[in-house]
Amino acid sequence: MVSQIMISLNNVTFKWHKNDKSPTLNIGKLNIEKGQHVFLHGPSGSGKSTLLSLLAGINTATSGDVLILSQNLNTQSNTKRDAFRADHIGYIFQNFNLLPYLSPIENVTLGCEFSKSRQQKVLKQHAEPKPSLQKKAVRLLNALGLNEQYHNKDVATLSIGQQQRVAAARAFIGSPELIIADEPTSALDANNRQNFIKLLFEQAKLSSSTLVFVSHDESLKPLFDRAIDLMSLQEPL
Amino acid sequence: MILTKLAYKSLLNRRASVLLTLFTIAISVMLLLSIERIRVDAKSSFSNTISGTDLIVGARTGDIQLLLSSVFRIGHTNNGVSWQSYEYITHQRGVKWSIPISLGDSHKGQAVLGTTLDYFEHYQFAKKQHLTFNQGHAFTAINEVVLGSDVANRLNYKLGDQIVISHGMGNTSFHHHKDNPFKVTGILNATGTPVDKTLHIPLAAIDLIHGGSAHNEHDEHDEHDEHEKYSDLTGQPKQITAFLMGFNSPLYTLQIRRNINQYKKEALLGIMPTVTLKELWQMLAIVEKVLLLFSGVVVLVSLLGMLTTLLANLNQRRRELAILRSVGARPWQLFTLISIESLFTTLLGCIVGCALYYLVMLLASSYLQSQAGISVNIAMLSYYELTLIGVIMAAGFIIGLIPATRAYFYSLSDGMSIKI
Repeated sequence: MVSQIMISLNNVTFKWHKNDKSPTLNIGKLNIEKGQHVFLHGPSGSGKSTLLSLLAGINTATSGDVLILSQNLNTQSNTKRDAFRADHIGYIFQNFNLLPYLSPIENVTLGCEFSKSRQQKVLKQHAEPKPSLQKKAVRLLNALGLNEQYHNKDVATLSIGQQQRVAAARAFIGSPELIIADEPTSALDANNRQNFIKLLFEQAKLSSSTLVFVSHDESLKPLFDRAIDLMSLQEPL
Repeated sequence: MILTKLAYKSLLNRRASVLLTLFTIAISVMLLLSIERIRVDAKSSFSNTISGTDLIVGARTGDIQLLLSSVFRIGHTNNGVSWQSYEYITHQRGVKWSIPISLGDSHKGQAVLGTTLDYFEHYQFAKKQHLTFNQGHAFTAINEVVLGSDVANRLNYKLGDQIVISHGMGNTSFHHHKDNPFKVTGILNATGTPVDKTLHIPLAAIDLIHGGSAHNEHDEHDEHDEHEKYSDLTGQPKQITAFLMGFNSPLYTLQIRRNINQYKKEALLGIMPTVTLKELWQMLAIVEKVLLLFSGVVVLVSLLGMLTTLLANLNQRRRELAILRSVGARPWQLFTLISIESLFTTLLGCIVGCALYYLVMLLASSYLQSQAGISVNIAMLSYYELTLIGVIMAAGFIIGLIPATRAYFYSLSDGMSIKI
């Protein structure tokens, strides 16, 4: 199988403000292949969040190219980047960011409501008589280990681990090509952490998504295909 | 679709503050509509009170005072018109009809009006409508009474009931004319005018209940002829309160009015009711405008209240908006979301406001009718009222664009970075 490139960074620098003397980020080259599970680590302040914001197209690089699925995010308009992100990227946040007034099911389907292509993917994926977003959400939540009894409960009453699974299901629904997980396990204990990551891997394989997992916890490193130390990636000025 | 659902769920989640906003809008809509309806109905009640009458003549006083006392039964005139003058004026050329009226007595707070059968024939209200009988017929004898519809309803009188009429106005008159009970022979249909609150008795009976000349004179030389005594409904009163006149041509109206106002034997005043009604309404117009201004300010305040709540909420909702951004909502979608929310709130506010308005009108209509003589018309919203609601809706929508625009720029600058 010819490995295809999912993410490609070339001579990327990023400054928060134009007048900053040294860039927060200065990466010569970084390629991540499709389907890889990448562990991105580094101490606090090493620019992890900044790099994620570039990958997700929230911020644009000051110079250089950020290519995702061969699309250069740096040259796209804001609206196009928004659409691209909604269609191709699933994001799992450190603090889950579920909407408190929606049920877990509704929170999960929300990921599809704003992207036609992800919605269609869900509806096409399954050869069942009446595929629906709800059914897919139920299946995903089950697969991620959230029992059906919790599916329509108030999100605020769920435990941290349960909220975590809802957040993951929301990122995975519609099988986006890229899943970005920003320290999603920091609130879990070691045992749950490993279980959760295994579930993430399973889902990533099923939807053949590339997974970029960010953490400062290097004990997780052995679980991944590839580990990138951001400190070593940064080029000295 | 998803935006509507999100707006709905988000509003439901913040129902306490949303409900408060909704109710301020509802109450302001209710106030605006009520004031508007009362204003319009007061005006039409006013101008509907009397029609087809060319001239009202009474003792010299103010134009408006004469109109109020003779038509609205508000206030009273101390002087009257002598019967001779009445006879003289109404026998002028061009006079089509005339109705003498004598006021000053009451029955349980309702005005008693002494008049002739011409009243039932010629008195007109609203759009030249004549008085019609719901039950019975006009009085045919001196001790009979015809009731306005309100009087019959309120006091629960039926045909054939005996009524005692007291002297003077007011409810607690000590001097009852107990020896002269009246029999109800007719009940009029509702007119929405003071006629509804009036008891009509023959003119001759006014003197009779006061123990006046008509009674005595008849007693003296008509004892053998009971029938004739009771069939003379006009009698020979010395004075009447006022009289209404209709003419064959408007030309006579002006001519006779001039003659009346220059009448040497007695100080009289002739007014044209349509003109005086207009003057009276113009006097009240300032009150009307102040009322309208107040309700306008109430609406403005409630919309500003909504703006305050929306903006305050928006700050707390930055996180919520950022989450929506992170799952793929575009800035314009968040703009739409906030707009839908404010539109929804205003719409519901207007609907609840209309419901409250109908409730208030339903509860207040009988009070307004009895206390202010305004017959409130509980009908569908008029085109004008719908326009008012439309204006409120539009204003609510435009005000909602302010937080929506802020949400748009928040979502651009906050992006998906959820730090709050």
